[in-house]
Amino acid sequence: MAVLQQDHQAARAGSAPRRITPLGVLYLVLFLLGLLAPWVAYPVFLMKILCFALFASAFNLLLGFVGLLSFGHAAFLATGAYITGFLLAEYPGLSPALGIVAGTLGAVVLGTLFGALAIRRQGIYFAMITLALAQMMFFFFIQAPFTHGEDGLHGVPRGELFGVFDLANNHTLYYFVFAIFVAAFALIRRVVHSPFGQVLKAIRENEPRAISLGYHTDAYKLVAFVLSAGLAGLAGATKTLVFQLASLGDASWHMSGEVILMTLLGGVGTLLGPLVGSGLVIGLQHQLAQSALGDWVSVILGAIFVVCVLSFRSGIIGECQRWIARRQQREDK
Amino acid sequence: MHATASCNATATSNATATSNATPVASPLSRRITAATRRRLLPLSALMMGSLLSAGIAQADISDGVIKIGYLADMSGTYRDLAGPGGLDALKMAVEDFGGSVNGMPIEVLSADDRNSADVGANTVRGWIDQQNVDMVAGLVASSVSIAVTRILAEQDTLGIVSGSAASSITNEHCTPNHVHWVYDTYPLAHGTAKAIVDEGGDSWFLLTADYAFGHALEGDVEKVVNENGGTIVGKVRHPFPTSDFSSYILQAQGSGAKIVGLANAGSDTVNALTTASQFGVVQAGQSLAGLLIFLNDVHALGLEVAQGLQLTTGWYWDLNDETRAWSQRYHERNERKPTMVQAGIYSSTLHYLNAVAATGSDDTATVRAKMGETPVNDMFANNGTIRADGRMVHDMYLVKVKAPSDSQGEWDVYDVIRTIPGAEAYRPLADSQCELVKG
Repeated sequence: MAVLQQDHQAARAGSAPRRITPLGVLYLVLFLLGLLAPWVAYPVFLMKILCFALFASAFNLLLGFVGLLSFGHAAFLATGAYITGFLLAEYPGLSPALGIVAGTLGAVVLGTLFGALAIRRQGIYFAMITLALAQMMFFFFIQAPFTHGEDGLHGVPRGELFGVFDLANNHTLYYFVFAIFVAAFALIRRVVHSPFGQVLKAIRENEPRAISLGYHTDAYKLVAFVLSAGLAGLAGATKTLVFQLASLGDASWHMSGEVILMTLLGGVGTLLGPLVGSGLVIGLQHQLAQSALGDWVSVILGAIFVVCVLSFRSGIIGECQRWIARRQQREDK
Repeated sequence: MHATASCNATATSNATATSNATPVASPLSRRITAATRRRLLPLSALMMGSLLSAGIAQADISDGVIKIGYLADMSGTYRDLAGPGGLDALKMAVEDFGGSVNGMPIEVLSADDRNSADVGANTVRGWIDQQNVDMVAGLVASSVSIAVTRILAEQDTLGIVSGSAASSITNEHCTPNHVHWVYDTYPLAHGTAKAIVDEGGDSWFLLTADYAFGHALEGDVEKVVNENGGTIVGKVRHPFPTSDFSSYILQAQGSGAKIVGLANAGSDTVNALTTASQFGVVQAGQSLAGLLIFLNDVHALGLEVAQGLQLTTGWYWDLNDETRAWSQRYHERNERKPTMVQAGIYSSTLHYLNAVAATGSDDTATVRAKMGETPVNDMFANNGTIRADGRMVHDMYLVKVKAPSDSQGEWDVYDVIRTIPGAEAYRPLADSQCELVKG
């Protein structure tokens, strides 16, 4: 093992002088495409994809890298959305950035409470506890006066960022949302590749062994849970700014289900999977809703999900990675 | 195998040895050989392509075209209330109008909002930004309608809300850009409660869905019942949604009230009515009052369950020859009788197109003003008027669900008890919180 480790380091050292890796090229291309996209496609639609990609990435951090299936992530999305929406609507003139920070912090606090309870159990019990807690939040949101119940919170002003950029302009807002997404994505990537992320993966693979190695796994899981909740809250807060509304749909368990669908379709445990998954799901919903097949959206998405689970379980990106790995192995031989 | 590979490898080992030691499902983030690099570019292009192609829409200009966007729930709970049938009613209106206004073609777009405010708002924003849609019709779930009317106001486009129940749409959420056509909770609650109290149903038990909508209905009913000399002998709130109503129905039976009012909607009302039927509430001498229930609900429940239920409706297919003739045409195309919402979509679309033809303009303010000046006289409404707050005021009908023995056919479900004049049915402007009419 030790030799293997050395070997890896040596290999890395050999290529160290900041060579451009294919992955770097891929990220650069994606980044440039992201910059150009609003001039080709409709910015509000792209922003929606970015918000859901962020939400799915947050969820994926937990499912893909810690192995915890949360069935209540909608609660964090909605908390972020409602807090940001309420603050921006009630206190006009408040900077949208502060509103988003407040929404994210709200989700972090909620995530700490939920996480402390939920991480004590694993597997289906963990999923059920998160679902139950999220349903409690749903009933809170339906009753609380500030959310306006069924009608939802409307007319949230987009405001001006740092008093300079007018976010009412779709293109300006797009670059703001894109910046948030890129920052959050970079954070997730950093976390996943950090020693902390390695411990999370160890917990995912074999928790008792991680404990026996001396890791306080509950603390690691809690931090990951809070991080994931916070990022989901950030997605909700950003979404509120884009659509200028927050509604009960964000808090319903369907939303928790949708994010699972996006993540699984794109590829669990891959960094780009949630982005591809959300692009696919949102794109399909958008296209189908306006086509003659409009009534069949749920059926078609369901069928895709079944096909995905049956035939390419690791998702689109997951399959691509496996394909690349196989090709590479063959060539190496 | 791994051990061999790594043991053989020296400190200067090349990428081959390293990748041999890597498990098959290696993360993309690990080192990838030069051979793969060539393939990553097309891959990234493919991924981004699938992302973008979904969002690219044709950017065309509506010069010389009247575009109507129909937004409704096409696949969920409200499908039967408006849904594809509402779209067909809209198309009937366009066909009856001749398919063009003053030589300009009329184009109809439609989308499913899936009862989600963000989907609805996003769709309408896209319609206006990219397609230059002139009018948005349909609009069912209240959260969607309110979200859409905000965008319509911001983008100065016209909207006609036909499906929503919330009376707040022309109250605190009123805008100069939208009209609320068919009904709202105010006449439904007031009409039903007042008529029943007048007929001697003076003691009420209320079954309320425990959220803002149910509370509003409950408040409306309580006010009307008390003002007309009745009393509320008891009330119970149930969570939203609820499937087991037995304990609530037992409480209602135990209360001894003459009337059991259902201040809920949709599946809750249907479940409560089914339970009431199983417990023999009507047979035991109590009457049921539905505050928000539609033709399609009664049809789905069946007369056996729903008989004796009193409710208020904005329109019924069997009112007169004109409604019967139109409903027959609709029935032939859709194999069911139209609900009041679907009839309202037809009526409002025609009224809109008439206003466009009369003014020769698709400017929102001009058309809206013309629509307000012209009384609505068609198979849907008799001398209906659109007020400054956007409320289309027309007569409402208090109906009672027939007993199975009195019904002449599948859709023969209501006896019209009385017509409630529009001025009496809707919220008076004096009580309005709408910014457009206040002070």
